[in-house]
Amino acid sequence: MTSDSGTTTDSRATTDSGTATDSGTATDSGTASLDPAVRPGEPRTLVDVANLHVRFRLGRRAVDAVRGVSLRIDTGQSIAVVGESGSGKSVTARSLVGLAGRGAEVRADRLVIDGTDARALPERRWRSLRGRRIGFVLQDALVSLDPARRVGAEIAETLRAHRVVPRAEVDARVVELLREVGVPEPEARAGQYPHQLSGGLRQRALIASAIAADPALLIADEPTTALDVTVQAQILEMLAARRRAGTALLLISHDLAVVSQVADHVFVMKDGVFVEHGPTRQVLDDPQHPYTRQLLAAVPVAHARGTRLSPQPGGPVAQPRAVVGDEVVLAARNLVKTFALDGRRTLTAVDDVSLELRAGETLGIVGESGSGKSTTARLLLDLERADSGSVEVDGTAWGEIDARTGARLRQHIQVIYQDPLSSFDPRYPVRKIIAEPLAVARVSRAERRSRVLELLDQVGLGRDVLDRRPRQLSGGQRQRVAIARALAPRPRVIVCDEPVSALDVSIQAQILDLLADLQARLGIAYVFISHHLGVIYHVSDRVLVMKDGRIVEAGDVERIFSEPRHDYTRGLLAAVPTLDGAALRPRVEPRPATVTESEGAVA
Amino acid sequence: MTIALAADERRGGGRAASSARSIGLAVLRRVGYAVGVLWGAVTVTFAALHLKSGGIIDAIIGQAAVSPEIRAQIISDYALDKPWLVQYFDYLGHLLRGDLGHSYNQGMDVTTAIGDQLAPSFELMAAGVVLALVGAIVVALLTANRPRWIRGPFAFLEIVGVSVPAFWFAILLLTVFSFQLHWFPAIGSNSLRGLVLPAIALAVAPGGTLAQVLRDGLERALDEPFVTTARSRGIRETAVLVRHALRHALMPAITIAGWLAGAFLGGAIVIENVFSRQGLGTLTVGGLGRRDFPLVSGVALIAAAFYVVINLIIDAVYPLLDPRLRPAAPTTSGPANAAAASITSTTSPSVSATGADQKGDR
Repeated sequence: MTSDSGTTTDSRATTDSGTATDSGTATDSGTASLDPAVRPGEPRTLVDVANLHVRFRLGRRAVDAVRGVSLRIDTGQSIAVVGESGSGKSVTARSLVGLAGRGAEVRADRLVIDGTDARALPERRWRSLRGRRIGFVLQDALVSLDPARRVGAEIAETLRAHRVVPRAEVDARVVELLREVGVPEPEARAGQYPHQLSGGLRQRALIASAIAADPALLIADEPTTALDVTVQAQILEMLAARRRAGTALLLISHDLAVVSQVADHVFVMKDGVFVEHGPTRQVLDDPQHPYTRQLLAAVPVAHARGTRLSPQPGGPVAQPRAVVGDEVVLAARNLVKTFALDGRRTLTAVDDVSLELRAGETLGIVGESGSGKSTTARLLLDLERADSGSVEVDGTAWGEIDARTGARLRQHIQVIYQDPLSSFDPRYPVRKIIAEPLAVARVSRAERRSRVLELLDQVGLGRDVLDRRPRQLSGGQRQRVAIARALAPRPRVIVCDEPVSALDVSIQAQILDLLADLQARLGIAYVFISHHLGVIYHVSDRVLVMKDGRIVEAGDVERIFSEPRHDYTRGLLAAVPTLDGAALRPRVEPRPATVTESEGAVA
Repeated sequence: MTIALAADERRGGGRAASSARSIGLAVLRRVGYAVGVLWGAVTVTFAALHLKSGGIIDAIIGQAAVSPEIRAQIISDYALDKPWLVQYFDYLGHLLRGDLGHSYNQGMDVTTAIGDQLAPSFELMAAGVVLALVGAIVVALLTANRPRWIRGPFAFLEIVGVSVPAFWFAILLLTVFSFQLHWFPAIGSNSLRGLVLPAIALAVAPGGTLAQVLRDGLERALDEPFVTTARSRGIRETAVLVRHALRHALMPAITIAGWLAGAFLGGAIVIENVFSRQGLGTLTVGGLGRRDFPLVSGVALIAAAFYVVINLIIDAVYPLLDPRLRPAAPTTSGPANAAAASITSTTSPSVSATGADQKGDR
């Protein structure tokens, strides 16, 4: 690929890498044959786009989502487009199947899909391309599979639409496809609904429906974003296997580490243009564009621990850390919480969990979905009462105190959630959101006003947000407001439940830096819950690893990450997609010197 | 998380049986509620009669002229000389035997009077419901997410349909299609031709509401990621609409169906009078005019029963439309996410058992 990056509207990329193999890629579009032999006339180039523009008209306003991108995908190639939300990466991908969205105006100098000029393609012709030549996988199969239909029916839809197999064989082929994507008991699964499957199985079923007609190109838009790290590893391996079988891949992701597992070529997208592209290794090891460098630096990796993640003029800056005191501010002993499932079965969500947190300390809790992390958080906050065991905040246990002491105790322990939008009253302006805990604490009106301003300063927000409502804020601003609200009653402990999981990596970096600053300045202790091992490694002093409601391993963060003792911890660490394959396990596999050079240097 | 089976049960068969039992229990509970509602309606009717100013006996007789003998007969029939508790249970007993009392105005049993008029009313309402439903679905499918020049006129007509009173619309239809064009009979007529105009007049307002709700639901569903996925498979837009979006759009429509049932019932009363049709409406209006208390309270009870049945049906339809609402055997959706490959043994065979017959396209 010729590197011709830039912010101009016409950034062209021509693929000339010889990685593509013509064998085993595509099928005839006319017959029902599934034989992966290539016809002599089969085009080698599946997608050839030059100077693509996509504009959305929303009333009188026009938004240019894509502003001149060029891209070529040959058979068997694996390409990734990386960017943060709003960069236009999804719209670019959708334009390739003619589904840019309602009100989209697509313009291009060249838009050749599967050898056909697609610029004025009638809907009927698009339909014969979709599914048949290009398979499309969207993020989060829970909403991308029709919740009212059985997964088998969803897969059969592709088969029927393109008459891939005779009608009578559709059901058998569905089962075969499910088996192909690694779904156990495919016969039973075909008859189930999406909500009855786990996230990983759903995603597999979704992929099965996309590859049912054996397309030559599979576009996957954030295929693993909603998944746990071990499941993500399985799905990535599955995509890699498709690729080995000859299917070309176009992977859309916000996560550079994920795409580095699968893609040969990476396009970095920002504000509707490709700012940089090239072979994956080259882009990761020697990023040219400042934005790519910023993206890479923002990823919490091993050597970034102890430094600030957001871009600093003059290179990495050490992050001041709080002094961990001796005073225990939060202690939980032998917490057990069970839920009744349907009267006869019970679910032990938290099983014998004990922990201790000192002033100024960060305790990371890591685990996959369903491991009991969030229930533990709710128990610590007394939002849920444990079946047995006790929680003490500042030496006082929940449960044995009257309501007024309880209300005072609540000010000592606050919470930040993943999605502040759902924890704010949408009609409250920011000033009211932040002042609410102060009103509860009977702070006078005048004092409240000055405290709100002080809090805004602390979390780095301007006064202009005071009268805005949650929806008028960006994701990062919202999380800052959530932090300000948590800080308002001057707590000793803040429970952070996946506080950065919904944020883009550069925003995540800012929020993590902010939390570290606040801890250093105010000596607050954090219980930091995350499924993201990189984030946990970056922020924590000590770590608990949870699985099935139990703590399987606990200890100092360096020890856990360098010498994991439990098999589960080892599995988790091994499944993390990293930029260099070893960043989170420095002592297990020494990290290559090249990475430090490339990622350490921030322009 | 550990899923512990508190009671030992044989895998598969036991689960399926327990699922069937839980569905059975749910149905029983609903029917129980329904009976409770009906009992409440009966009690209110009874109380209305007894709290009414003036003599109970006069209320029952209404404006009919009766001889002293019949008067005595009524007192003994309704146990009016007994304590009110006895009267109450006596009333319940009559109802359980299907005896809604006697209309002295009509000179016949209320059960018979209503029974005679039930068929024409039912005919009218069924025609109206089908017309409104089919019309609304067709209009919604044709106009959802369409350009403004297609969508706009229909949306306008719907609002007109909802806001114009049914009787006025009925008169308009009569003026144009009966008196001027002579296409349809103006009055009575139990023929199919005679049903057309009243059914249209009845269907317009609920149909308009339904079309609005359906279109809104369709447009919402069409924005869902699963619709994009469906389109990316290369299926026709019609299939996207009918197979994927319509089902989700029907959910809010079903929710207002209870209210619509009331609209149809109330509408039928007005329409029957405008078109001078036979039916419950004409009977009720007549009964009200003559202060025929037994008849009117009988109709009220029938209406209550109608509502209860409609709501039972609505409750039953929800889980048919949305599998997530089915009280099925517990599944693995939430907890066992961590190990995708290892959760297989805990899933419910009952689901696949019930599912085999419906696999594939509807």
